[in-house]
Amino acid sequence: MSETTEIEIFRYLPDKDNEPFFKSYEVPYREDWVVLDAINYIKDEIDGTISYRWSCRMGVCGSCGMMVNGEPKLACSTFLKEYTLGKIRVEPLQGFPVERDLIIDINDFMEKLKAVKPYILRKEKDEKPIEEGEYLQSPAELARYKQYTLCINCMLCYAACPVYSLNSEFIGPAAIALAQRYNLDSRDQGRNHRQEMIASHEGIWECTFVGECSVVCPKDVDPAAAIQRAKVSSTIDWFMKIIMPLSKTK
Amino acid sequence: MVLQYDIVIVGGGGAGLRAAIAIGETNPKLNIALVSKVYPMRSHTVAAEGGAAAVIKDNDSFSDHCLDTIGGGDWMCDQDAVEIFANEAPKELIQMEHWGCPWSRELDGSVAVRPFGGMKIERSWFAADKTGFHLLHTLFQTSLKYNNLIRHDEWFATKILVENGRCQGITAIEMRSGDLKVIAAKSVIICTGGAGCVFPFTTNGSIKTGDGMALAYRAGIPLKDMEFIQYHPTGLPGTGILITEAARGEGGIIVNNEGHRYLQDYDLGKPLDIKDPKHPVKKSMELGPRDRLSQAFIKEREKKKTIPGPFGDVVHLDIRHLGKKKIDKKLPFVRELTKNYVGIDPVYEPIPVRPVVHYMMGGIDTNIDCSTNLPGLFAAGECACVSINGANRLGSNSLTEILVFGARAGNAAAGFANEHSEIDIKALEKQRDEEYKRITLNFLNKDGGSERISTLRKEMHQVMEECVGIFRSESGLKEASNKIEELKDRFSSILIEDKSLNFNTELTSALELENMIDVAEAIIFSALSRRESRGSHQRTDFKERNDENFLRHSLAYRTDAESRIEYKEVVITKWQPGERVYGKEE
Repeated sequence: MSETTEIEIFRYLPDKDNEPFFKSYEVPYREDWVVLDAINYIKDEIDGTISYRWSCRMGVCGSCGMMVNGEPKLACSTFLKEYTLGKIRVEPLQGFPVERDLIIDINDFMEKLKAVKPYILRKEKDEKPIEEGEYLQSPAELARYKQYTLCINCMLCYAACPVYSLNSEFIGPAAIALAQRYNLDSRDQGRNHRQEMIASHEGIWECTFVGECSVVCPKDVDPAAAIQRAKVSSTIDWFMKIIMPLSKTK
Repeated sequence: MVLQYDIVIVGGGGAGLRAAIAIGETNPKLNIALVSKVYPMRSHTVAAEGGAAAVIKDNDSFSDHCLDTIGGGDWMCDQDAVEIFANEAPKELIQMEHWGCPWSRELDGSVAVRPFGGMKIERSWFAADKTGFHLLHTLFQTSLKYNNLIRHDEWFATKILVENGRCQGITAIEMRSGDLKVIAAKSVIICTGGAGCVFPFTTNGSIKTGDGMALAYRAGIPLKDMEFIQYHPTGLPGTGILITEAARGEGGIIVNNEGHRYLQDYDLGKPLDIKDPKHPVKKSMELGPRDRLSQAFIKEREKKKTIPGPFGDVVHLDIRHLGKKKIDKKLPFVRELTKNYVGIDPVYEPIPVRPVVHYMMGGIDTNIDCSTNLPGLFAAGECACVSINGANRLGSNSLTEILVFGARAGNAAAGFANEHSEIDIKALEKQRDEEYKRITLNFLNKDGGSERISTLRKEMHQVMEECVGIFRSESGLKEASNKIEELKDRFSSILIEDKSLNFNTELTSALELENMIDVAEAIIFSALSRRESRGSHQRTDFKERNDENFLRHSLAYRTDAESRIEYKEVVITKWQPGERVYGKEE
């Protein structure tokens, strides 16, 4: 007889259920299975009505963020063998409205990404025509921002963030890291355009530096460090304005 | 309710986003809708790893990029399309650089290039080994600048709407509400990617179900060269996760159960010692083309020289000699993936790999401006066949392809939209009502039903793997064609337990399966008709390439029964068909 394990899944169907409930499923236990494999098994073999997002199953598309035993995880890179004691409980990422079952509403997050102007901004006179080739960027200049380009938008950091869970106005770890990604890029001149959002009360100053965002990040983006760096440079902006009111910030 | 735009783009991966930005840049007054069944940054472009090819260095030439591509494609590429591709490639990659793509750099700050399989010279631009990820996110983030671009994220397209001989929009399910809506437009671009999920063992994510191909096929547009399926030689056993060709571009070697670099036994050249400064030699051994490497694996398995494993036989991809520093700098994702998914660290152990379904050379038949035979309908990227990939795509050409032809499709669709304004809303609404009836009767309100989606999918997978894989024969393909016709029949008894409207992923899975069955049919009948061996299409009963009869593109048309196959000429401009030469002087 082969081994099995119990998965308990958060279920909620807004046009049918008044409130969410948990439903248990027994699935085969396999050493090489990730939580996503177990959920796919349930959908294929036991209960076709369960809804969740997934695609790449290699930890890069960012679709399958879920709470696994209370922790934000990518279901495709979290192995069953990490949970050998008792059942595994799977819930939608916390801190977001639930659309259905494990599917959360991510519109707020998408708006936040857009709000930080995540694209290269340059003065028109400084634009280089395509025919003249690439902007030169040394490996050292690349290294300054590279880490912040690695965010897969999985939102685990929002689910872990104690500030976002209390105040969804907070722009949040991934969006701040993305702003920093462009601010630190040698090709960009748009920092001032992003500062308004970052240095506002919904921005970096809300962060109490718990650092949970960096702990749960599956790609080691370290958004907490991005927030700290943004705080430091915003403080310098402020300081420069006070002591050197005529000077121009970069 | 009808949503109305100037242009609708279906698919939010690299090709769709590039098309949208092209229109945003050149035609800011046109309203664009980007419709995708997933949020754009989830699109499978995200998983591409190794690089994007374009001539940039002084020692390279357009003509070499063309010839590598054409020879790599076993002379099935349309050479006019390849010339456009090679010429426009550098401009597109520089444009990506200007938009912020974090390309890896040389010490002097210029973009770095690396060698790739089948390429005579190093010309693959790369962003470590997450090139597709960075291209996709750069495009997505850049697309947020354009106010004339409206996204419909998580809308599932179900039908291409044709009125008065022209494509005038699509119907799509808003997944959140379950509403089926008309999205009317003067022109439509399909950028929905490939269909690797027709096979069980694939590098492709679960979303790659050939939706756009199937929609076009049902609208009467032929699918071109569908028999050409690329197996990537280095997938991880079990999951099928891709280990990039860049691992070999950086110097990785492939060995059998005796530690022998067996590719030398398959007319791919002589190996140089890994310590030789000339290793790895371009267009030789491990840097041969993907079709030849995957075929060599099967032969080696027949000789019992492969290594048995829990998920079938493997060979070893060894990159240990590159050292930790280089691996971490140039191939960090390879290390992350192998540690996570096969539990080995490639700094210290060889990586078990086997061939895995990776890419479809075929797709919606288009001309060099990405237009189809249906006025107003355009296609670009993996879902399309323009064709630059012929019978076998070279690694690092597909990321460039989605940019070059994504932009061209955007511009062509904008031109068409500017010249054609009339849209027959009433007629489109009537089509929507019929489509609504179809989906309701066949799925949502259907009584009974006995066939589980997963059962039909598994049976399709099994026959595709057994009969339509790397080596094919008449009898196997006949068996596959019988099976697929049986599955089409049984699909009418599909079981849908979920009758709800919001985020009904059982419904969308059923629609995806229906799409995959149509795509599988086109693959099988195209393969059955091509009685020769060329590139990725190898027939055990017709072992030679046959230019006289088959230097022609296949076109699969949908009928009520099996696909009807026609042929059209390959465009030859400068390069006459010749022998594919690897591992020796050309």
